[in-house]
Amino acid sequence: MMRAFLALLARDLRLAVRLGGGGGMAVFFFLIVISLLPLGIGPDRALLAKVAPGMLWVALLLAALLTLDRLFQADYEDGSLDLLTMGPLPLELVVVAKAVGHWLTTGLPLVVAAPLLGVLLNLPGEAYPPMMAAMLIGTPALSFLGAIGAALTVGIRRGGLLASLLVLPFYIPVLIFGVGAADAAAGGFSGEAGRQSLLLLGAVALASLVLGPLGGAAALRANLR
Amino acid sequence: MAAMNSPTALQRFHAYANPARFMALSSRLVAPLWILSVLVLGAGLWFALFDSPPDYQQGETVRIMYVHVPSAWLSMFGYGVMAFASAVGLVFRHPLSDVCAKSAAPIGASFTFLALLTGSLWGQPMWGTWWEWDARMTSVLILFFLYLGYIALWATIEEPVRAARAAAVLALVGAINIPIIRYSVVWWNTLHQPASVFRMDGPSIAPAMLLPLGLMGVGFTLLFITLLLVRMRAEVMRRRVRNLRLATAGAAAEG
Repeated sequence: MMRAFLALLARDLRLAVRLGGGGGMAVFFFLIVISLLPLGIGPDRALLAKVAPGMLWVALLLAALLTLDRLFQADYEDGSLDLLTMGPLPLELVVVAKAVGHWLTTGLPLVVAAPLLGVLLNLPGEAYPPMMAAMLIGTPALSFLGAIGAALTVGIRRGGLLASLLVLPFYIPVLIFGVGAADAAAGGFSGEAGRQSLLLLGAVALASLVLGPLGGAAALRANLR
Repeated sequence: MAAMNSPTALQRFHAYANPARFMALSSRLVAPLWILSVLVLGAGLWFALFDSPPDYQQGETVRIMYVHVPSAWLSMFGYGVMAFASAVGLVFRHPLSDVCAKSAAPIGASFTFLALLTGSLWGQPMWGTWWEWDARMTSVLILFFLYLGYIALWATIEEPVRAARAAAVLALVGAINIPIIRYSVVWWNTLHQPASVFRMDGPSIAPAMLLPLGLMGVGFTLLFITLLLVRMRAEVMRRRVRNLRLATAGAAAEG
């Protein structure tokens, strides 16, 4: 079972690397949204520093959302998803493999790009470590919760927009606690608030690690009958 | 074999899940329920609008409360009905519970919208602003988004059985997430604005206001149940029409 899991994960990673159009595009989108922001609200450095953690997180959420339809849609269209449901791997683990693959090819590059974009927004130096930690903890939750939305809309024509609408409310706790961690460092709150945010973010991420595969597998079963 | 002679509670429950039996029973229930809701709502409105004291601080605007609080209650009750019916539908595969979950969603969404609207109208004279990013209002707004997503999912998937199961998964995931979202919003709110704008301490409400509020609460709930039955009946009939259409189309294709 472990071999099947790893084989599926390796296949997804290989597909992502060779086909392109996934993580790279998400990072590009992230960059463009962040560059639009100063054009929209003006180049005031103090104001940019103030909104930087929140804007980085919101742009990251949107960039992660854009790639959700790659999670199951291509496999559904060429029929490999049907094969996967008949294979030795429980559907829950298929979802786990897919979500981990999505995180490695989308979430991780976004986290790596975030500090560079933080420089563009004049993010204060002491906010970088907590923000990076929060993004590393929080982005897996985005992939796992997103898997539910992607599984719910698999096989629906133009389901990408619907998946975004369904998933965004579930991203709210990640956004709040993620921004909380960086804000506490940047805004001069006590270190306690930032630490609590990180812990709560970890709790949300762990919960989504359970909820994502269960919900995603149930949704796939509903859609693939 | 006692079970053969006297049906167990579960079997009786399943018997009501038969759509034909549901249609027969509900057709007898709808009219009395309408009358009852109108009577209770009428009495509640009369007390709320004419025969209750204005608040010593808020004046006459406190009467918005008699619509606002029951709406807020039903916004949560509606999601509860939806999630429960979805769970039953997923486990027992009763078409009727899918119908119930689907029918509850637009009603719950409407009451959620009503709660937001009256809250906003109430906030304007009280806090001097139409919208406050208060923890309660924010989480109700998110609940509204969850309703909309659920309705959108139903509307997008054409085949009823498949739509029902996907929507049920969404409703249940939402039900698990609502406490998390609610908690995170409260945390976010306390982090950003230390002093909350308003506090409504439960027990301090005057008995003279409790009667109309209670009547309105019961009346709104009755209205919810009535509307739910009406919508469920319409949905059952819509599916019958759909099946008939499919059958005629199939027959036409063959002949």
